[in-house]
Amino acid sequence: MKTYTQPVYPYAKPADSAGSPRHWPVIVAGAGPVGLTAAIDLALRGIDVLVLDEDDTVSVGSRAICWSKRTLEILDRLGCAERLVQKGVCWNVGRVFFRGEQVYQFDLQPEPGHRRPAFINLQQYYVEQFLVERASELPGLDLRWRHRVVGVSPHDDRVALTVSTPDGEYAVQADWLIVADGSKSPIRGMLGLGSEGQVFRDRFLIADIHMTSAFPAERWFWFDPPFHRHQSALLHRQADDVWRVDFQLGWEADPEEEKKPDKILPRLRAMLGDEARFEIEWASVYTFQCRRMRSFRRGRALFAGDAAHLVSPFGARGANSGVQDIDNLAWKLELVVAGLAPERLLDSYDSERTAAADENIRNSTRSTDFITPKSTVSRTFRDAVLMLAKRHAFARRLVNSGRLSVPALLSQSPLNTPDSAPFAGHMAPGSPAVDAPVAGATGEWLLDYLGNGFTLLLFVDAVPEASLLRDLATLGADPIPCCSVLVGPAGAALPAEIRSIVAASDLLAERYDACPGTAYLFRPDQHVCARWRAFDLTQTRVSLARATGQYVH
Amino acid sequence: MLNTEPNLSAPDDFYEGLLDLHRDLSDEQSALANAKLILLLANHIGDLGVLRAALAAAREDIAA
Repeated sequence: MKTYTQPVYPYAKPADSAGSPRHWPVIVAGAGPVGLTAAIDLALRGIDVLVLDEDDTVSVGSRAICWSKRTLEILDRLGCAERLVQKGVCWNVGRVFFRGEQVYQFDLQPEPGHRRPAFINLQQYYVEQFLVERASELPGLDLRWRHRVVGVSPHDDRVALTVSTPDGEYAVQADWLIVADGSKSPIRGMLGLGSEGQVFRDRFLIADIHMTSAFPAERWFWFDPPFHRHQSALLHRQADDVWRVDFQLGWEADPEEEKKPDKILPRLRAMLGDEARFEIEWASVYTFQCRRMRSFRRGRALFAGDAAHLVSPFGARGANSGVQDIDNLAWKLELVVAGLAPERLLDSYDSERTAAADENIRNSTRSTDFITPKSTVSRTFRDAVLMLAKRHAFARRLVNSGRLSVPALLSQSPLNTPDSAPFAGHMAPGSPAVDAPVAGATGEWLLDYLGNGFTLLLFVDAVPEASLLRDLATLGADPIPCCSVLVGPAGAALPAEIRSIVAASDLLAERYDACPGTAYLFRPDQHVCARWRAFDLTQTRVSLARATGQYVH
Repeated sequence: MLNTEPNLSAPDDFYEGLLDLHRDLSDEQSALANAKLILLLANHIGDLGVLRAALAAAREDIAA
């Protein structure tokens, strides 16, 4: 590749390969975006973590390129989103064309008052590199390259692994194993577990090209374009003037033939015109599948990312949902490792993230059915939608070139406390926190004040009474501490011992339907788990117990 | 609820118009016109419950 030099991470002979196996609280298998996110989140929680990866570099080829707002917010919490945003290409607008004419345009973030854009585009190799660099800053995180897991023995009280290195095999064990070893997941296979679903009978050519171009940073998707009749095509900008191009080829296409530059160049020429100057950086032909494991927890093995679930690429729901898996898992694992929550809390990882995977699979399957019609009649309806979309607004809502990743609403989660008072808006228990501008000591965005641990956000219109402040201090000193953040009126002399912020506009109160007295309880992954119109210490503690698997209702 | 009682203000006129829609069209073009018509009518109805009832009624007596 011209625009990127693959780093080579040095292999080191493990110092602990002789003698009895070293025991870790957590081992992560796989140093892709998901495994690295897991290791960083756990290390920041003070948990020693070993990461094993069979390779010694980052992803070859751009692979995942669209990183969602929620992923950036999670990586903000882990202290590494800014580099992605600086390097990446921000975009909010997508256009859909049918036979050469635009039929539909969407803006994914039409409203102001969010720190992060709907999406940035950045090649997966950059994301992995930045995550590796973040991981290397953290004590207690041991990242080992060219260490391949070749054996897994699950036990009631631990997981034992056999690891192969250039210096031979060694044994290691852990309380918990996070399996993030990708769609083919060798460890899933070793444990005799399957992943069930649907394979789509279609092939796509995916290519990264280096090109200086005046095309805007938007997602352009064509159905049946003049330059690639009866199929679809996609053009999307990445960092370094690299563009992602996707051509639907049909099931009959020969993948080996289609990968050859002689075959790719005329397709690109037809799409980009004779004037365009470009070079191919990377190309691949793929098919895709929508499937998932029945359960993401098997004893002490916890599956995440592509190892656990797989979707088609339309919608950017693969890597983004994998990062959300970890956002959901890391805090639960921290509490279980510390003995502060029962192991059944990890079953909520399974129930919450299989529900999210089903939502992603449902969306991805629907997009695929639209892009790759499976019968004459489904193609007829597809074309009818596209023809109508040009003239009639209603049909534009039916055009489906990918429903782009939005975070899952965990509305059915057993960790939620149902509302006991009416609330307007979209922040019901199970929702991820929506950002809003604020003023405060440690950041200008609401999300700067939420997460890592439990947080109570309390809206006040005056200095709270001493008894309330005592209650908040009590919560902060509980075994599973809950920190409080007061949202006060500008100019109020709020007590210094509790963090406080001021809403920088009406957006915060609007988005949370908040008035003085309103309290929101956020999980360590920034999801709402309870809310009230008035704070009550006992109710808050019951909700905290419920959210940590200690109270079965 | 799906209304299957007589509701067309001029049934014969509608039926004639429906056939007129397809005049001079190939089978493929007719299929496309039908699909557009279904989508236009579905949007006009809007209610998913009514549409589901119509989908189910359309499938009745057709053995797969």
